[in-house]
Amino acid sequence: MRSIFLVFAKEFLENLRDRRTIMAALVFGPVLGPIMLAALLQISTSRGGDSLDEPMTLAVVGSQYAPQLMGLLESRDITITPVELDEVQARRAVREREHATVLRVPEHFATRFANAAPAPLQLFVDASDRFGGFKEAERVRGVLERYGTELGQTRLLVRGVDPLLLAPIVVQPVDVSTPASRAALMLGILSYLVIFAMLMGGMYLAIDSTAGERERGSLEALLTMPLPRSYLIYGKILATSAYMLIAVSLTVAACTVTLQFIRLEEFGMSIALGPVSALLIVLFVSPLILFGASLMTVVASFTRSFREAQSYLGMVISVPTLPLAFIGVLGLTPTAWLYMVPSLSQHFLLTQVLRGETPSILNVLISASVSLTIGMILAWVAGRLYEREAILG
Amino acid sequence: MIRVSDLRKSFAEVEAVAAVSFTAENGEITGLLGPNGAGKSTTLRMIASLLKADDGRILIDDVDIAKDPIEARRRIGVLSHASGLYPHLTARENIRYFAVLHGMSRPQTDRRCDELQSLLDMHDIMDRRAKGFSQGQRLKTALARALVHAPKNLILDEPTNGLDVMAVRALRELLSALRQSGHCILFSSHVMQEVAMLCDRVVVIAHGRVVAQGTIEELRAQSAEPNLEDAFVKLIGSAEGIN
Repeated sequence: MRSIFLVFAKEFLENLRDRRTIMAALVFGPVLGPIMLAALLQISTSRGGDSLDEPMTLAVVGSQYAPQLMGLLESRDITITPVELDEVQARRAVREREHATVLRVPEHFATRFANAAPAPLQLFVDASDRFGGFKEAERVRGVLERYGTELGQTRLLVRGVDPLLLAPIVVQPVDVSTPASRAALMLGILSYLVIFAMLMGGMYLAIDSTAGERERGSLEALLTMPLPRSYLIYGKILATSAYMLIAVSLTVAACTVTLQFIRLEEFGMSIALGPVSALLIVLFVSPLILFGASLMTVVASFTRSFREAQSYLGMVISVPTLPLAFIGVLGLTPTAWLYMVPSLSQHFLLTQVLRGETPSILNVLISASVSLTIGMILAWVAGRLYEREAILG
Repeated sequence: MIRVSDLRKSFAEVEAVAAVSFTAENGEITGLLGPNGAGKSTTLRMIASLLKADDGRILIDDVDIAKDPIEARRRIGVLSHASGLYPHLTARENIRYFAVLHGMSRPQTDRRCDELQSLLDMHDIMDRRAKGFSQGQRLKTALARALVHAPKNLILDEPTNGLDVMAVRALRELLSALRQSGHCILFSSHVMQEVAMLCDRVVVIAHGRVVAQGTIEELRAQSAEPNLEDAFVKLIGSAEGIN
């Protein structure tokens, strides 16, 4: 047992001096986590439509034919820039993003309007410019259509017809989402990030202590030491686990601190990530650490070189994280047997904690015991692999 | 003392070692001489308990390696063919790691490191990280690592490969000194002059079999060739019917 600790201590200290391990364990997750959170928020808020009332400018061809309409737009914080463009030029101007969108008022607009005939307006927009011109055009269209509806209702009233006749059905959507459930996407990404950062944290050590050790020729000498070979690999797996624990703790801590500065409630969302839930998250995820460390060690043991191990582990890392990426698409609801799937069960527990719910003790126990058991089996397999002669390469 | 009898080892279809028996005595340097691919490394790896023999017996100071590999490993120091170091550790830390794995205490280890530092003239590299060491510096560190638990028996697999003249000289002097103090030294080489210069006894291996063994003089007499190179070629050739 003492020798397992000795191997652990040496691997742990040696890798403190390895820039790759440090980058992966101590920098990657803790830095990338908060950045991704911030980027996500940016995207969800810009989609949220809060910018509707920001002042914008609109290029208009033929504004002189509809001065009243222009006045209406100006009153909605839309500044009119009169331009002189024919139809072809207008198309090109929008496509080349010279103008976000162009409104064209035809010459006969006023005449048709006065005769109560449908008065046409052309709105040039590049629909592929989703967050730029398209959004602005939608806003202009909204203003114009509301105006059109009001005008239509007035015309009916003037002719003695109740405008309500035009609205035989009224649909009222009732939003039952809570701030926490509106943050579902964020939660999914957050738990994905935590598990990914955890695996990244141990990847280089898993490679270095197996394929790396063989490649640089120190393995043979190590195997002549008077201790069972499996002890060597147990020590290495423990060191890998330690780095993964550090990586996951730092990532969760960094995300927790970041979220204190972002007031999610303003965006209609809430994520329960305080010191207590941060601790719970690390606690619930940690049974997965042994699983990940042993899995990466086993795979790296089969490879011939550092490079080969790197490309294989790149794939291995994506295996436990794949279900998380697809979970929304698959629409999985947590059932008892899904709590037996490592990484998936941790994801469920994590999102529950982040939503401010308390996971059931039973589910926590199922998740931890299954992950730990598989982890121990994999560690044993790694030990067996080291007893084989083929490990010398 | 290392005693090997009827050692056999096959990899898949290839018989790497077919019948190897010899004894390496204390206070002597025994050389395993043979062309590349003769089975020298496989033999040494079996003695170092890195590989398991298919058949035969290996005794290290009367400890049967098959029955008690852990105890056998305590009694040998191994300088393997690829003696890689941990690049992020200093020479001293590299040596210390092996010392603690041998169960040595901290004061014991420190004392031993100081001894090895003077024995191998490592003053300038002891506290430098192994990354960027020259071939000779790497060898010294690996040798110190193999000797850290003061084993009675020392196994070296092609130790002079890639070394410059000065490093080879230093190694030769060290091995002679260890012989003086009663160690059993077994090393492999395909360079005949090296073996002739250093060894008390030579075991000539070809195609996984011992084709001759004895002192240099005995080998010369056995082959009836005064020139050692001719003797070597004749011994290997006559056994296998090539030449």
